[in-house]
Amino acid sequence: MSQPVFAPWEVPEAEPLIRFESVSKTFGEFTAIDALSLDIFEREFFALLGPSGCGKTTMMRILAGFEAPTSGRILLDGQDIAPVPPNKRAVNMMFQSYALFPHLSVWDNIAFGLRREGMARDLLAARVDEMLRLTRLEKFARRKPHQISGGQKQRVALARSLAKAPKLLLLDEPLGALDKKLRQETQFELMDIQEKTGTTFVIVTHDQEEAMTVASRVAVMDEGKLIQVDTPDRIYEAPNSVYVADFIGNVNIIQCVVSPDDEDSRVRLEWGDGRTPLWAQGEFGAGRRLSLAIRPEKIQVSRRKPDGVANAVYGEIVDIAYLGNISTFHVRLRDGKMLKAQIANTRRISRRSFSWEDHVWLSWSDTAGILLER
Amino acid sequence: MRLSWFNTISLTLGFAFLYLPMVILVIYSFNESKLVTVWAGFSTKWYGELLKNEEFLDAAWVTIRVAAMSSTLATVLGTLAAYVLVRAGRFAGRTLFSGMIYAPLVMPEVITGLSLLLLFIGLDIDRGVMTIVLAHTTFSMCYVSVVVSSRLASFDTSLEEAALDLGASPFTAFFLVTLPIIAPAVIAGWLLAFTLSLDDLVIASFTTGPSATTLPIKIFSAVRLGVSPEINALSTLMIVVVTVGVIVASLVTKRAAVARAREELAVERS
Repeated sequence: MSQPVFAPWEVPEAEPLIRFESVSKTFGEFTAIDALSLDIFEREFFALLGPSGCGKTTMMRILAGFEAPTSGRILLDGQDIAPVPPNKRAVNMMFQSYALFPHLSVWDNIAFGLRREGMARDLLAARVDEMLRLTRLEKFARRKPHQISGGQKQRVALARSLAKAPKLLLLDEPLGALDKKLRQETQFELMDIQEKTGTTFVIVTHDQEEAMTVASRVAVMDEGKLIQVDTPDRIYEAPNSVYVADFIGNVNIIQCVVSPDDEDSRVRLEWGDGRTPLWAQGEFGAGRRLSLAIRPEKIQVSRRKPDGVANAVYGEIVDIAYLGNISTFHVRLRDGKMLKAQIANTRRISRRSFSWEDHVWLSWSDTAGILLER
Repeated sequence: MRLSWFNTISLTLGFAFLYLPMVILVIYSFNESKLVTVWAGFSTKWYGELLKNEEFLDAAWVTIRVAAMSSTLATVLGTLAAYVLVRAGRFAGRTLFSGMIYAPLVMPEVITGLSLLLLFIGLDIDRGVMTIVLAHTTFSMCYVSVVVSSRLASFDTSLEEAALDLGASPFTAFFLVTLPIIAPAVIAGWLLAFTLSLDDLVIASFTTGPSATTLPIKIFSAVRLGVSPEINALSTLMIVVVTVGVIVASLVTKRAAVARAREELAVERS
């Protein structure tokens, strides 16, 4: 049985948990966040994604209360949080360095926040044990942080920040220090814990795969601005700009001009003298200069020219990146333009269909690419 | 690694220059004879004599009280100064402030002593144990501050932020998180201040009064009447106390780091 889709951002009357109202933050001359407005809803797993220096960490530190916005308001549950100091906010943070207290045991680290609330002894013990169970750390309760592994430290940091049952949990590059395999396992663990506790998570990351895996919505940031806020599949398949298309995953960008003779909902694109025009979905006036973005896996590779396909170009394979599950072919067209095509390796290695210097046809449908403003 | 003959000789000469006088003093403290320069066989009798000497015992008690009080006061002030200088970031006059805290490191003791004496006279404070304590605090505080601020410079500030984030007030965060973590440096600073106070002669003689004679003052004035083997014994004991203090101070700072490194290694192996 399928579950109802979780999408409060599509409900017009839904009240957000967090609301940024044209928030700006400047450090001297430098603008870290530029008049940014954003709603984050309860139970969301929201990812802030962007290159380093794009302002994502500053946003998180403003939410935690370590920085104050230069202008604008931030509402948590409808309340302006500006006058609330970090130690009084119903917001907890998991630090990139984990920031575990080295002189306290795992148990005491998790109990730290609860003790500050003055929680009764037996309730406190029960809560800490619950957190230890949730993060599978029961065996390590008496250890000190330097006596456990990186992955365990990460779980202690998570347990500690969840112990106070915050309305909002901030995670600053939570998996940055783990190796790739452990990181992937931990991503699913995070999602699981987020679902179990029903806490709203805001995660900061520069790893697009991580953001796509865990998040219900992803905000792509650049230079203190939100470029696109959308679900992972929309971000990937319907990017709103060349920046987003290029930042998330692999993409071929073809510069082109809309030619006058179009069909309904389809345009013909000139992309260089002597090249067969391309077809793509969209309605644009003739003469518009656009970028056609096509993901490499949407392009088919074949030896013979396929019939009945909207777009087909001829070229030579100059490079093959074999990644095990997929292979990426770098194909040079006759006039030097390079395109990337990806093929899933569904069969074992015994017989490769294509090799270096092979001449192949690349083809894609008119719905495969997306037209973006330059 | 083998040392070349040149290195061996320079090492020997260097250490001889530093420690020969003290070695001779220690050896003669076990001399049987009353004459300091004539060896007449091994004996510990001067140490026994020392324990019967009321004046020396009084001076020792004063010295220890002064050292304990001044080093404690210097540790509190020095730690606070270090905390402000490392944490407050850039504020107007920060360079001036840090310069002023470290200036006593290079200030001639005679000048420190004299200026304090003039201050105490000007304020009409009776000189005695308390004035020596204040004087020692002023010059040993900067040593504590140096030791503690070098530890704070490598301190991960996100630990304090985590404490705040979990609901601790800035005050609680300092006492529950920062202080326990920098404790080895604070203890090392205290021991350093303690030993500095123990062997100070110049500043103590400027700021002391008739009621308070510290050991270095006592030794200095006794030597003017002629060196006795008893003084040798006393000096040997002071060397021992100061050496132990300095060694413990450096061990305390090193041990924490070494222990952590070893345990981390053990975790990696397992």
